[in-house]
Amino acid sequence: MNPIFKILSNIGNQVTSRIWRLGSATRLFLLTLIYSGESFRRIHLMIREIYFTGVMSIIIIVVSAFFVGMVLGLQGYYTLQKYGSSESIGVLVALALLRELGPVVTALLFAGRAGTAITAEIGLMKATEQLSAMEMMAISPIARIIAPRFWAGAISMPILASIFSMVGVMGGYLVAVPIIGVDHGAFWSQMNVNVDFKFDVINGLIKSLVFGIACTIIALYEGYDAPPTAEGVSRATTRTVVTSSLAVLGLDFILTSFMMSY
Amino acid sequence: MTQKNIVEIKNLSFGYGNLMLHKDISMVFPRGKVTAIMGGSGCGKTTILRLIGGQVKPKAGQVTVDGKIVHKQDRQGIYELRRKMGMLFQHGALFTDLSVFDNVAFPMREHTKLPESMIRDLVLMKLNAVGLRGAHKLMSTELSGGMARRVALARAIALDPDIIMYDEPFAGLDPISMAVICDLIRTLNDALGATSIIVTHDVEEAFSFADYIYFVADGKVAAEGTPKELSKSKLPFVHQFVHGEKDGPVPFHYKAPSYKKDIYEPV
Repeated sequence: MNPIFKILSNIGNQVTSRIWRLGSATRLFLLTLIYSGESFRRIHLMIREIYFTGVMSIIIIVVSAFFVGMVLGLQGYYTLQKYGSSESIGVLVALALLRELGPVVTALLFAGRAGTAITAEIGLMKATEQLSAMEMMAISPIARIIAPRFWAGAISMPILASIFSMVGVMGGYLVAVPIIGVDHGAFWSQMNVNVDFKFDVINGLIKSLVFGIACTIIALYEGYDAPPTAEGVSRATTRTVVTSSLAVLGLDFILTSFMMSY
Repeated sequence: MTQKNIVEIKNLSFGYGNLMLHKDISMVFPRGKVTAIMGGSGCGKTTILRLIGGQVKPKAGQVTVDGKIVHKQDRQGIYELRRKMGMLFQHGALFTDLSVFDNVAFPMREHTKLPESMIRDLVLMKLNAVGLRGAHKLMSTELSGGMARRVALARAIALDPDIIMYDEPFAGLDPISMAVICDLIRTLNDALGATSIIVTHDVEEAFSFADYIYFVADGKVAAEGTPKELSKSKLPFVHQFVHGEKDGPVPFHYKAPSYKKDIYEPV
């Protein structure tokens, strides 16, 4: 075969396969929404998944948020003091966390902690014929397995992002006030005046909800679509982290540009 | 009207892409009987069970379950047919996050509104039938291969199905577990008045309890008959399979160019 023809054919195959996967993921997303009624009726399934994806992620979220907040406090102080406005450190920390770092870093950690667990679990359920067994019992795996995990992820993410921002602010406070010596009153009052509930807090929550939906559906799709072999599940788990991270960063830019223009 | 054959396969062809697994296969599975489907590994035996369960669609021909053409049913129709079926998967396919008790209770909780006290009684009865009532508190990951297969069997019969399908029920089992499963297949079939379809390549076991046997080779039914008829068969394939001869109509060597050509051809 002509080498140029071969290269073009490879590119074509790659593009077609990606479009195909995007279509399959969208189909799974729509089916999940259709079957969601059943998972809301069996709320205990969703609560169990919220425990596994949300509650079990709290430790990594809290520890990361504390360090991110402390670094923000340090970096912010050294830059702001050059302009004589080190009292604004509280605003800087709060805005950075609420608008960007809270939702984005939480989503990246979520993809690594909960997303991979979801993909591996569903991939292994497929490999050990548990999904087929469920199908043969006339029970839809989408209603029983996929939908509760989807809603658990979508609900957990905004809560985790809120916890991240809250703990991050505390980390920033710890560095700025007791250690560096910024005025306690100035730290909180500047934050109180300059952080807008609708523009900063609500927009941050909207972002984390969108990231939650994206990360969870990617993790679910990768597991559901994984070839039922050890190698297939391992590749699917890697793809979950890579695709979720890129999706979060891409979506963050799109959402930020929309939010800034209003 | 009740059909004489609960499952019928007529002129069925199936394959993945250009590779045809089954070419114009026809089989019948009479009510109340134990029928075995035998053949070498990779000949598409398990796929026949998947076709009966409506998990894949035939390329030509049809599978009829209880008078209904499986691939023409919508999702709801297929689910209604599957409620009449119980399937034992090759490695059990137990839900690893559930206990033995919850695995057997799973289909009951999903499909019925029975009170928990009645579900408990029924689950213990099913587990007692497979001899594992005492293991109901164990997690499915704590079971041996043979025990897992028996729990999966209790789960497959949880809703008293009309058809019980077994996918390689003896694979990887020790002789005692094998004998237990062998006995259970026949006993449960007769006690429940069900119809059993067993996919296996274990000659001795299948010949000991099956009422009728189909041999599948090269995508076709190579031979069929009662175990007695088949054990006397002069057909070369049946003879090779039943006596476990390494070469015959099923060749020892995978299709390849000549040895000389392979050795001397520059890489």
